[in-house]
Amino acid sequence: MTETRALPTRRDEAWRYADLDALAPVWPNIAGQREEIAVAAGEAVSRQIILESGDPNVAVKTLAVTIGKNARFALHCLAIAADYGRISVEATLEEGAHFELGGAILGTGDQTLEIVTDIRHAEPGGTSNQIVRSVLGGKATGSYLGKVGVARDAQKTDASQSVKAMLLDRTATANAKPELEIFADDVKCAHGATVGELDKAALFYMASRGIPPVEARRLMLQAFIADAFVSLDDDSVREEIEAKALAELEAIT
Amino acid sequence: MLKIDNLHAEVGGTEILKGLSLEIAAGEIHAIMGPNGAGKSTLAYVLGGRDGYEVTGGSATYDGIDLLELAPHERAAAGLFLGFQYPVEIPGVSNVQFLRSALNAQRKVRGEEPLSGAEFLKLAREQASALKMDAEMLKRAVNVGFSGGEKKRNEMVQMGIIDPKLAILDETDSGLDIDALRTVGEGINTIMRQPDKAVLLITHYQRLLDVVKPDFVHVLAGGRIVKTGGANLALQLESEGYEAIAEAA
Repeated sequence: MTETRALPTRRDEAWRYADLDALAPVWPNIAGQREEIAVAAGEAVSRQIILESGDPNVAVKTLAVTIGKNARFALHCLAIAADYGRISVEATLEEGAHFELGGAILGTGDQTLEIVTDIRHAEPGGTSNQIVRSVLGGKATGSYLGKVGVARDAQKTDASQSVKAMLLDRTATANAKPELEIFADDVKCAHGATVGELDKAALFYMASRGIPPVEARRLMLQAFIADAFVSLDDDSVREEIEAKALAELEAIT
Repeated sequence: MLKIDNLHAEVGGTEILKGLSLEIAAGEIHAIMGPNGAGKSTLAYVLGGRDGYEVTGGSATYDGIDLLELAPHERAAAGLFLGFQYPVEIPGVSNVQFLRSALNAQRKVRGEEPLSGAEFLKLAREQASALKMDAEMLKRAVNVGFSGGEKKRNEMVQMGIIDPKLAILDETDSGLDIDALRTVGEGINTIMRQPDKAVLLITHYQRLLDVVKPDFVHVLAGGRIVKTGGANLALQLESEGYEAIAEAA
């Protein structure tokens, strides 16, 4: 496993929006590193990933997950803090398995943050649900690249992707790229993406009730990213990740 | 309480208010009526401080302070309440969260202690019940999925909770059925018919004024007040139309 892998290029679809200059210095240390998770049949595993800043300020986290028959894997993550941050997940779903992703990308300045998923529905009856919410200011770039593959045998697959981005400044960039590769003929694969700005009418409405602008923005952004965490069943874990997201929102707005 | 003097205002470079003057004293309810495009909603937004409504001349003072110098949230904290013709939906933010933030932000400016969650809920339930709004709706996102009538009722519940000194209500009666109109009208009377408060009602119709009896009725046409009278003026408008009255003035 010590073989050196070449630095990805932008021609690699999964690295299309990545900050390769930032990645280059750390690449020799992280190339090929990935955490493997096997969820046994009927089991449920919930995992959270929160990127942290470092030196050099690059954070890359890669998961390879296999989800057994009727098992469930849920990932909730925050792509924050790093100058270049990437959370990527490959998941293979066996019969009746479920994959859940709730992610928030919160960035400002020159940050490049991304969530990249490759979900392989290999057997029938699997379901996947991915919700990503981004809040981006300054010249930040936030990207979601989500590939959903449905194998020929994976009939009755139900996959959905919802990606929404809120730009705080016109100089920020949001990329949303759902990609479907379907070989079965009886499946449901929904995807939706929006990029918008804070609703000025709502901000004035809140101000007219006495809510100062900073608090009004915070309430709206908090509500916006909350979608990503509603699927977290454990209240204390959800509150913890939401508190972390809120602190980050305050830092970037 | 509110003194508007020779107010001029533009929206997108077009002058809408062209020298509007109006004075409202504590304890009074004023109604402004007028044809579409006369500048009624513009007046409400200018007083509320909405972006894009630019004052180019004249003044508006509220309790002796220059209202136009204050940011919208500061106007609210000073006691001004703007009832919206089209209340805005705020997905994901509950009524309770929204109103508690609003009330406590205002209390903070006034140097008062914030209300606890329990104190606030008690107040909110009382006001919802006074306006016959299901208390469950307080938990729902602000105006999301509310019917037109429910939105207007919710405006009045908000007014009851915030308890302002001066309410400017922009077509609060539009979109209401007869029963809801009565409930909302009675709500306005209960909350605002006080010696130290005042109301500016913007309306097209006489119906609301049967419930909320105005002390003065003004006709707004072409960006200024062209006629002022008592409650009877509204009846005269209803029978003769704006055109005849505006022309005679």
